[in-house]
Amino acid sequence: MSWKKALIPLASVPLIILLAYGFWTDPRAIPSPLVRQAAPSFRLALYDGDPLSLEGLKGKPVVLNFWASWCYPACYEEAPLLEATWRKYRDQGLMVVGVDIQDKEANAREFMRRFDFSFPNGPDPGSKISIDYGVYGVPETFFIDRQGRIKYKHVGALTPAVMEEQVRAILRET
Amino acid sequence: MISTLGGFTLFLALGVTLYAAAASVLGARQGREDWLASSRNAVLAHFCLVTLAIFLLEYALVTSDFSLRYVANNSTRASLTRYKIAGLWGSLEGSILLWEWLQSLMAALVVARYSGGGGSEAPSGTRQLLPYVQAVLQGISAFFLILMAFGANPFARIFPVPPDGRGLNPLLEVTDMLIHPLLLYLGYVGFSVPYAFAMAALVTGRPTEEWLRITRRWTVVAWLFLTGGIFYGGWWSYRTLGWGGYWAWDPVENASFMPWLTGTAFIHSVMIQERKRMLKVWNLTLITLTFTLVIFGTFLTRSGILGSVHAFADGPVGMMFLAFLALVLFFSFGLVAYRSDQLKGHGELDSILSRESAFLLNNLVLVGICFTVFLGTIFPLLSEAVRGNKISVGTPYFNKVSVPLGMALLLLMGIGPLIAWGRASLNNLKRNFLKPGLAAVLGAALLYALGVRQVQVLVAFGLCFFVIGTIVFEFWVATRTRARMMGESVLAAFGTLLLKSRRRYGGLIVHLGVVIAILGIAVSSVYKVEREQTLKPGDRLSLGRYSVRFEGLAAGERPTHILVWANLQAFRDGRPLHELMPGQRFYPNQQSPFASVDARYHWSEDLYVILSAFERDGSSATIKVIVNPMISWIWIGGGVILLGVLVAVLPERRLALLALRAKAQVA
Repeated sequence: MSWKKALIPLASVPLIILLAYGFWTDPRAIPSPLVRQAAPSFRLALYDGDPLSLEGLKGKPVVLNFWASWCYPACYEEAPLLEATWRKYRDQGLMVVGVDIQDKEANAREFMRRFDFSFPNGPDPGSKISIDYGVYGVPETFFIDRQGRIKYKHVGALTPAVMEEQVRAILRET
Repeated sequence: MISTLGGFTLFLALGVTLYAAAASVLGARQGREDWLASSRNAVLAHFCLVTLAIFLLEYALVTSDFSLRYVANNSTRASLTRYKIAGLWGSLEGSILLWEWLQSLMAALVVARYSGGGGSEAPSGTRQLLPYVQAVLQGISAFFLILMAFGANPFARIFPVPPDGRGLNPLLEVTDMLIHPLLLYLGYVGFSVPYAFAMAALVTGRPTEEWLRITRRWTVVAWLFLTGGIFYGGWWSYRTLGWGGYWAWDPVENASFMPWLTGTAFIHSVMIQERKRMLKVWNLTLITLTFTLVIFGTFLTRSGILGSVHAFADGPVGMMFLAFLALVLFFSFGLVAYRSDQLKGHGELDSILSRESAFLLNNLVLVGICFTVFLGTIFPLLSEAVRGNKISVGTPYFNKVSVPLGMALLLLMGIGPLIAWGRASLNNLKRNFLKPGLAAVLGAALLYALGVRQVQVLVAFGLCFFVIGTIVFEFWVATRTRARMMGESVLAAFGTLLLKSRRRYGGLIVHLGVVIAILGIAVSSVYKVEREQTLKPGDRLSLGRYSVRFEGLAAGERPTHILVWANLQAFRDGRPLHELMPGQRFYPNQQSPFASVDARYHWSEDLYVILSAFERDGSSATIKVIVNPMISWIWIGGGVILLGVLVAVLPERRLALLALRAKAQVA
């Protein structure tokens, strides 16, 4: 087969390269206009009965996690990491707050029992908080610094690396 | 248990399919009939194994065995059994299994149809091609099996076992979910048969017209399923998605439309090769493109490189699809290059005024539309690669390009079937096109007189009148001639005509269906009107001849969700027409409510209502009303297309038998 003929199948190479390039891009990188803005304030009626508001946490860095018991497997994957991060950094002032959205209370309590959650969690009736934060799906996590600004938004299950890096970042800021 | 058994079955199927491919090639090379027979048995065994795997997964789905990750992700205990069954094609792993099952079914059908080397009635050459056809089909199967074994295992386990599964997306829990995906998959998989024959023709060095003759019916049936799937999908999204439209140029929709375009081009251009022995390379290219576009579409939607509402799944699956895509492209076009000396055409175009050139133009337009859609679909990727930012092109781009090309296609659809082969004489042109042309001009003039001023609509209608004119004219002239010559009644002559040249007249009926659908698309998109208003109980919203009165809100619990609906009384010209109850469905597992559309469907126009929002205390509701004129013509056109294809492909003997029976009843 002459080299001219070989050009026929080789014509498809650029297309293959373009498509392969697609693997290095992230279609889920949905830019959030909230990043670097002040975090919307919210009030949460916690499952243990206490109220909690963002104003009340002023001066503390916050990891705000949106989850649901039906969100399988992503929420199940990151749940132990959330609890572990809370236990590790609570003494340095870090707050971890869970917002449970569109859930049944019994299932949610079962979920929290399963992962032995000890950080504050509460439901989001009417999805008010999720709407304010522009939550696209569960899980999503917002890292809020001591000034109450959103520093970073993560879509999907958290990985230990991302968690560690972002928590350190909001702990550092003064 | 099921996990182990299922995984084992798939591995076994992979072994058997590789054996079948190898045995058929070796058998053909060495002329060993026993090896060929063994490979045919292996093809059937492969089909049985994949069928078993389907049964295992369905069993797990129906019995809610959440120890399988796939079952936990795609069904819940509360689902109705039929939606548990439909969970099979609810997401990636299961749909690959379904695809592979249909693929193995096709291979088994090819064996059954041509067992014993083709039988007496199979076209010549079938015997030589078959072993390689099987090798290609088994190769495709092997890809899907490898995909399941190493990237998308439908039998993967999870631990801990969740108490209940996530279930299908509520939008998929409708009867349509049982039909639309199956039609599409049958269409996708169906095109692998003509593709396999084309590759076999190249491998064996017989790239003549025989593979076209053998696969004609396979191709048309695959085309029918794909067309049916696309139409059904549009109908489904129109009735349930609650935005009043049926097509959004979403990547997943485009993925089904692109192979449809090249497949349609292929069905037409094979006629030129059969008659003039031209365009060999072109036809091989078209069928290869059609098959690769099927794989490409699946790659796009399953790899997650483009953001689409439907897209999901990361991991190795995308890479594996891309590797397979590259393999298919290199293999197919490599073979074309290798055999290029044998692929020189024999004939050439005699005249620009001929059916050949009309068909060629039709091909160019179809492939042109396909390229446009392709470019639009991958544009976000292209722009990110070149300029570093992600830009999507939307509906305006697709409409702007495809509407004029569609008009050109419409014109060619009128000309193609009636213009003479070879060289059309002035007489031929005058005889066939004068009256339809007049009909077009008069029709458009009439519409203008009635107040239609949009150029696009006038042109579209004129062209549609032209095409309908040519079809009616052709049927009328042929029937009258036959009735006169044979002394038959008009009805009998018409019936015999359909039977005698089913391919031609079936094709014309398909064209008629396409024109009806295009009329529906044109009118409904130009003359659609809508209005949205917040109403208190007793308030009315008026739109054209229609108005709806909001009577009040109601709510009720359904097995899987809570439904809130508005009671509306619709009026036309002030007279009560119908009660409509649009609503919103709230699912415990979903964040946002889903629309529950209500509509009064009618052949002339649909009255379509959506409950956009409401106050919880029932004091008001926001209602959107859409009047969609002639939109049902799209679905009617789909039905006519189905009828035409059936006329074209039903076996000769079956029809002859029906005709005999009908005659006997008359007598």
